[in-house]
Amino acid sequence: MAIDQATVRKIASLARIAISDAEAAAMEGELNGILGWVEQLGEVDVTGVEPMTAVIPNKLRLRDDVVDADPLTGGNRRDDILANAPAAMHGFFGVPKVIE
Amino acid sequence: MTDLTNLTVAQIRDGHRAGDFSAVEVAEAFNTNVAGAKALNAFIVETPEHALAAARQADADRAAGTLKPLSGVPIGMKDLFATNGVQTTAASHMLEGFVPRYESTVSQKLWDAGAGMLGKLNLDQFAMGSSNETSYFGNVISPWRRKDGGNAALAPGGSSGGSSTAIAARLCPAATGTDTGGSIRQPAAFTGISGIKPTYGRCSRWGIVAFASSLDQAGPMARDVKDCAIMLENMAGFDPKDATSLDLPVPNWEAALSSDLKGKTVGIPKEYRLEGIDPEIDAMWDAGIAMLKDAGAEVVEISLPHTKYALPTYYIIAPAEASSNLARYDGVRYGLRDLPQGAGLQDMYAATRADGFGAEVKRRIMIGTYVLSAGFYDAYYTQAQKVRTLIARDFEQAFASCDVILAPTAPSAAFGLGEKMADPLAMYLNDVFAVPASLAGLPAMSVPAALNRDGLPLGLQIIGKAFDEQGVLNAGLAIEERAGFTARAEKWW
Repeated sequence: MAIDQATVRKIASLARIAISDAEAAAMEGELNGILGWVEQLGEVDVTGVEPMTAVIPNKLRLRDDVVDADPLTGGNRRDDILANAPAAMHGFFGVPKVIE
Repeated sequence: MTDLTNLTVAQIRDGHRAGDFSAVEVAEAFNTNVAGAKALNAFIVETPEHALAAARQADADRAAGTLKPLSGVPIGMKDLFATNGVQTTAASHMLEGFVPRYESTVSQKLWDAGAGMLGKLNLDQFAMGSSNETSYFGNVISPWRRKDGGNAALAPGGSSGGSSTAIAARLCPAATGTDTGGSIRQPAAFTGISGIKPTYGRCSRWGIVAFASSLDQAGPMARDVKDCAIMLENMAGFDPKDATSLDLPVPNWEAALSSDLKGKTVGIPKEYRLEGIDPEIDAMWDAGIAMLKDAGAEVVEISLPHTKYALPTYYIIAPAEASSNLARYDGVRYGLRDLPQGAGLQDMYAATRADGFGAEVKRRIMIGTYVLSAGFYDAYYTQAQKVRTLIARDFEQAFASCDVILAPTAPSAAFGLGEKMADPLAMYLNDVFAVPASLAGLPAMSVPAALNRDGLPLGLQIIGKAFDEQGVLNAGLAIEERAGFTARAEKWW
């Protein structure tokens, strides 16, 4: 099914990517080209076939319920976590005001 | 004295151990080559002091009798691996200036094994591309040139194009790569080197910038099969921090290398004989079949009936996962923030992502967002996951009658920069032979096999059963010994 520019703008909005009208026009053709090509998958008979969820059979593990079991992924690393934030302030991530 | 940068990983390791040269001499020789190769644009960040520090440690360890598996070996690190204190960008504007406060599991294992880092290698942005033309930091140029009198700049392959160029140009003896749909194998083929993508889950994904998590897998790239085995041994291993990490012991692949294939059966997938393909690719493939027969293997034809659906399946699943993974780049926690005057939170997200992502990354996020959106999810994404099951099943059935599969790595030799950028689909088709093994999570490697009429390398691909990296490496070694590939790019940079 072909998508139009309104759909392109809707996808961009869902993906939180600002696009200009010129970009939306260019993307309309590109996305239709790719989507038209992947649509050939519709011809495959998948009756009774389970969708793949894990490519190599592997059980999801549970770790022991221990605080800071791994020093790299445990707690008490606030400053490391904020080190690359574009606008850290007062030990928090800063964002533009969201309420008046 | 021999040029130390012509030595392989094994030769550096053994020569250093024997006292033939110091690790500092090796690091200095490679640092010099790196500094002199700006024209190739293989590195985003150079870290000569890191390589030297590891080398000094290696020399001290030699004196103390405490050598490690990779002592004295400097390597290149694809800039997709988080490195503590060293900028990690995924070749994107989004992560320009991002300096991790932690180390990826794979890179940490390599440093623990004694390796040093020459620098962070350029790549396609977020590993999305097959030519290294989507990097925010400029194209990587292949050291190879066609023997046609011209000097057109050629693609080093992608996404691990900085890795392939750096190894082929003797800027490092080995490097890390990552492979989501061919990103180790195709660049290795384009530049006349070797590279292996192990079974999904062998190498931890922790600390690797995520692209498509059900496909992403790290692996080594190097000049020969033995070096790949050595590197992989020091990259693989169980990691509790990666939920899909395989809890299996790491085999001693190097020690078990054997090119004697007696009793082994090699499958030749008939669906990989593409109509209209360059006859030189088919001729190389036939030569490869003869080499494996010569090594004692029996050769049988096999069928992988869903091969033609692998690429479209990949181009639903990979973008879908990418759109989800890349949602984290929001201008809040790390990376770029673009806050237009008076903008609110939503506008900041949209402006940041418009500014921080390149065209190909946006294209894939958009495709992924669309195929996951309400009303289309089942028609695209669920259908693709079902076809993925069928593709994996094809391999399972084929491996009932063979031990490894032989195929070309790519449908052509390296193409010129700019030749395929106008048409995303033409670029995607470059991974037609590489993507099926990725979708099935299987180990697969590329080894250089021949030069084409233009004097450019062509690679053969070996695909193995899950967990059987040894079988893949052994078949690769059998080809390497018989192909006698010694060609290298003439220095022009």
